[in-house]
Amino acid sequence: MHELSICYSILSQVETIAKQKGAISVSLVNLQIGPLSGVESLLLKNAWHIASANTIAASARLKIEEIPVKVRCTSCHLESNATINSMRCAHCGEWRTQLISGDEMLLRTIELEREENTTEKTLFKEREHV
Amino acid sequence: MCDTCGCNVTPGNEHLISGEAVEVLRSLLHENDHQANHNRSHFKKHQVLAINLMSSPGSGKTALLEATIDALGDKFKIGVVEGDLETENDAERIRNKGVPAVQISTGSACHLDAHMVHDALHQIKLDDLDILFIENVGNLVCPASFDLGQHRNITLLSVTEGDDKPAKYPVIFRAADLMLLTKTDLLPYLDDFEPANAERYLRELANPAVMISLSAKNGSGISEWTAWLESELSHYRSEHKKL
Repeated sequence: MHELSICYSILSQVETIAKQKGAISVSLVNLQIGPLSGVESLLLKNAWHIASANTIAASARLKIEEIPVKVRCTSCHLESNATINSMRCAHCGEWRTQLISGDEMLLRTIELEREENTTEKTLFKEREHV
Repeated sequence: MCDTCGCNVTPGNEHLISGEAVEVLRSLLHENDHQANHNRSHFKKHQVLAINLMSSPGSGKTALLEATIDALGDKFKIGVVEGDLETENDAERIRNKGVPAVQISTGSACHLDAHMVHDALHQIKLDDLDILFIENVGNLVCPASFDLGQHRNITLLSVTEGDDKPAKYPVIFRAADLMLLTKTDLLPYLDDFEPANAERYLRELANPAVMISLSAKNGSGISEWTAWLESELSHYRSEHKKL
């Protein structure tokens, strides 16, 4: 159940940045998540709808890049793909490996809509009405 | 299709969507991590080693602390932060041993976070302590993701659970700096728990952490555990000497 509190943490960061940049809305929130972070992407997406309602990111799309588990062997120094509960080297079978990727829980980028863009859109709509 | 939830965006038209992209590259738990670092600087200032105890509910965290307090006697000054959904019971057990304990009642929250621990730190005199134990909420999932400012993570696995728990809950066992097999006095009655299997599953997570088998009830393994604590405290203090 901590996906909801993670959403609130993301939103708090997004709101701060949007305010600093003078944005009026957020169109995209881009995350990187690895399975060893303990964060479930599906639960995060579900929680996002609840958490982001009535915020500056209410209409933002949540894009999650799933990062695979990869390790580097301390014995043969080769890289291999691994799973969350089997992180041995795929080449020589050594269990002493180092994680290269797979534990990310990163707010990578956000996309902001500025006042001027919106103003343009609004004017365009008004003309359409005329 | 609508402009509200993003269902009209496809991999084909994604590049056409304009907007100002801002690179952030911060942890999703940035605020928690910031608070955790603040907690760590509190610990450093007072030269206190902070240890986060994580496990399933009922694996013997509080019993371990009681046995540890008895075994250490006056050797080190200990403090405890207890995390539970409800009740003051665990903190009272620790206070009955003459050790200061602060209870955090999390309500329905399934883990401690750095802010909760910080609030608790203001109720405990760190200057008087050598080691602060943070007994996390009994849960093998969520506590693994939240840094509290601790220096060492310990994951307990009681022998009444399955020996494949590290394979089932890899995130929390991968985070362990030490794995404690608890309730080993019950091993003769359990034919399906093999300590060697538990260690093998831990190694599958590429975790070189030491495994210590102990029983808070009959005292076996407790001296090995307190020796580990002593060595970690001296290691921590030599690394973080006050300038």
